[in-house]
Amino acid sequence: MCGAPEQTQVLPPGTDLSKQTVLTGTVRAEGEPLGGAYVRLLDGTGEFTAEVVSSASGQFRFFAAPGTWTVRALHRSGVGEATVTADAPGLYTVTVTVS
Amino acid sequence: MSRENVLVTPDWAEQNLDTDGVVFVEVDEDTTAYDAGHIPGAVKINWKTELQDPVIRDFVDKGAFEKLLSDKGISNDDTVVLYGGNNNWFAAYAYWYFKLYGHDNVKLLDGGRKKWELDGRPLNTDEVKRPATSYTAKHDQDTSIRAFRQEVVDAIGNKNLVDVRSPDEFAGKILAPAHLPQEVAQRPGHIPTAINVPWSKAANDDGTFKSDDELRALYEGAGLDNGKPTIAYCRIGERSSHTWFVLHELLGQPDVKNYDGSWTEYGSLVGAPIELGSKG
Repeated sequence: MCGAPEQTQVLPPGTDLSKQTVLTGTVRAEGEPLGGAYVRLLDGTGEFTAEVVSSASGQFRFFAAPGTWTVRALHRSGVGEATVTADAPGLYTVTVTVS
Repeated sequence: MSRENVLVTPDWAEQNLDTDGVVFVEVDEDTTAYDAGHIPGAVKINWKTELQDPVIRDFVDKGAFEKLLSDKGISNDDTVVLYGGNNNWFAAYAYWYFKLYGHDNVKLLDGGRKKWELDGRPLNTDEVKRPATSYTAKHDQDTSIRAFRQEVVDAIGNKNLVDVRSPDEFAGKILAPAHLPQEVAQRPGHIPTAINVPWSKAANDDGTFKSDDELRALYEGAGLDNGKPTIAYCRIGERSSHTWFVLHELLGQPDVKNYDGSWTEYGSLVGAPIELGSKG
């Protein structure tokens, strides 16, 4: 379903990292994890691909595909973004700092 | 159709939280967001457990819809203001659903939950209990706004088909929005002759809708033929409700249908034509 599942660093059972490209990470502001941020995944052309809300501990997770991605976070306290390049299926970690 | 009839601003909403005859309804697939804090006075509808039939892959029927609205304390005369997470996807789905059963006085909160939160507007966790009503749906489902599979197959090359998924889903590189696992049974790709206008192009970053002029330019630029009927689809039917809302309610196009089931159904149809790759 399209509703955003709970955001944790623990992957759902059966996630096959030899086939799936998972981007995961934490939103931070002033060094602390930031929950409740709207985290958006943009593809290599800048097009919106997905959006989730970071968990209380600032975590988010996307199931993407190999490629270059931008992760952008929007929060009352500011915005931030980071880029991640996934060369092949696997788990990729990224930190987004909001200021 | 004009914007004021179908959309309310957060300012209007905040000024009308206590207005009689206005009911705020948060619609989500899971209601944990609502439970952690909702617009004061808003009731919740769980799209999955309350709007979908528990057994058959379809909507609840007229009787069940009437019971649901009665239990929620919504009357026929109420102005229903819908909002939710996911950039109002499920709220737009519910909006379309209310229209299917003839509830005319329904509006979306522009920007949904996201804009409300980003503005720092009030949320609380108070339990909301409205007295039950006896709601009567105006008519059975209005199929002039709902497309079924055969109609979609017949539309290839004849009607506008608008695929509102992301470019990678359209091209067949992924099968679901990227916040979800990708292991599903459907074949990837899109319906031949469909144009790809991701729903997100109709919204600003804060979840509000773009202006009518921007929206018109968007669909014209993508090759939508205004002289033809249109069917919008996505993976399930909620993102395409968002686009249905834009085309039918904001831009006032007369013949626009939403295809509930969308790619989860079409991508599983044996023998149905599929195209791969992005449009030039």
